[in-house]
Amino acid sequence: MPTTQQQKLVHTFSALADIGQEVAHKNNFQEMIHTSLHLLLGSLAIMRGGVARYSRFGHELNFLAVRGLGDDFPLSASLEMSDEREFLNTGMSDIEISQAKMLAFFQRYQRILERKNIELIMPLIVRDELVGMVFLGEKASGEHFNSSDKAIIQAMARHIGVGIHQRNLMAELARRAEENRKLYEDMRMTYQDTVKAFATAIDCKDKYTEGHSVRVGKYSEIIAQELGWSDEEIEGVAVAGYLHDVGKLTVERNIINAPYRINAKESAELNKHPAVGFEILSPIHHPYTDVPLAAKYHHERLDGRGYPDGLKDNEIPYIAKIVNLADSFDAMTTDRPYKRRRPANEVIEDLRRNAGKQFAPELVTAFCNGMLKELTGESKNRQFRRLLGREYMEAEGIVPLLKQALNGMDATSSLTFVASH
Amino acid sequence: MNTNLDIPVRSEGEIATVFASDYLNKISGEKIERECKRQIDAGCTTLVVNFKDTEIVNSIGVSILLGVIDAASNNGTEVIFSEVNEDTEQLFEMLGLTNHVKIQE
Repeated sequence: MPTTQQQKLVHTFSALADIGQEVAHKNNFQEMIHTSLHLLLGSLAIMRGGVARYSRFGHELNFLAVRGLGDDFPLSASLEMSDEREFLNTGMSDIEISQAKMLAFFQRYQRILERKNIELIMPLIVRDELVGMVFLGEKASGEHFNSSDKAIIQAMARHIGVGIHQRNLMAELARRAEENRKLYEDMRMTYQDTVKAFATAIDCKDKYTEGHSVRVGKYSEIIAQELGWSDEEIEGVAVAGYLHDVGKLTVERNIINAPYRINAKESAELNKHPAVGFEILSPIHHPYTDVPLAAKYHHERLDGRGYPDGLKDNEIPYIAKIVNLADSFDAMTTDRPYKRRRPANEVIEDLRRNAGKQFAPELVTAFCNGMLKELTGESKNRQFRRLLGREYMEAEGIVPLLKQALNGMDATSSLTFVASH
Repeated sequence: MNTNLDIPVRSEGEIATVFASDYLNKISGEKIERECKRQIDAGCTTLVVNFKDTEIVNSIGVSILLGVIDAASNNGTEVIFSEVNEDTEQLFEMLGLTNHVKIQE
């Protein structure tokens, strides 16, 4: 049979072990504090008590758990700076209520603390920071707290303090993460706005193709959506579309706006714009990959007859293939100085005929699918109608033509996609 | 005898007996505390907590019982702990709970 002293030690040490477990493993902070208070009171049979968290900003103690203190006990209490300093000077050791009378805090709450038989208070200090306080009433035995009791209380209170400190750190971490998220969102918006401003600047140079870059961005976005890309990837390809013609900023305005088919010399000058675009975009740290490559290679063709490098199929970056399709589609569907826009049926036929020659077939499939979904109402988007005009899009025979084009296209010819994306 | 929220309770006139579970921890303890307070509020003059099935009372159990004692004291209700095993009785004595309750066979 263990002696009383041994049994007492076992009882208190098991409470100490339990409180350590509680603080280390409980995910529910409120429950952890509540259970810890139970363990603290039960280890020494203390009739009543409470655990409060200290808010440095509000200089306020907020009770997280109370037992036996009644409904009239205030659940928050303010601290003076002098109180905080005094507690930090005292460190994490108990303050008997009889010795606390010089504290402004005690003077303010003396009546209620005495009425509730609070005998001991213990500031919870972690890393030189006051994180909370423990308030303890009388022992069931009626005895005063001895040095052994105080050592046990101090050890248990230390665990509770660490638990509160961890919670504070987590809350601070969450707050900063949210702040960073907002900051990132702001930066992303700024980037997007800048990109759109650039696109507008590019398009301003060409009075006939006003809005071209923005439309190429939108069409590229539609293709990426149809391919099931992530939001971030879709944003990236849209940006690539907006900026694909940035190199045109250095091309003479009279070449861009020539109301005739330009000559070989002028064509050579104009054909420099992909490489110049790459040079402009490369030094910029884009949040998305391959934006400069899309500018450089958006005039390459699968059959190698494109420019500037005559790349073939898998040599062409995938993003450039998307922008190429979007760019060509916009060129065919808008008026040019020397050429009227082509009817939708002709354009769709052109896409189908050039799948595998100029365009990656799976991209043509994706693009036509997007168009068909909008026309049949499967998709609620009205992007094509907005970009091309309702009348143009709803021309007779478009839906059957799209279906025919999709049927004729080898849906499995997506080796290019798999290999290069 | 009836059961309320898994806690067996017996009422005979103004005496209510609440039967504690085998291990008085937080989950079972809080149910017992609620039931005891319900009996106190209902006006019983003597509250018996029966420990015949209870093998272990940990610190949480002690805290719960202190809550019961405090609530009973505020209402002038007498508290009796019955059929307490030897180890638990020794624990109650050592911690001073026996200053507030009677221990009965």
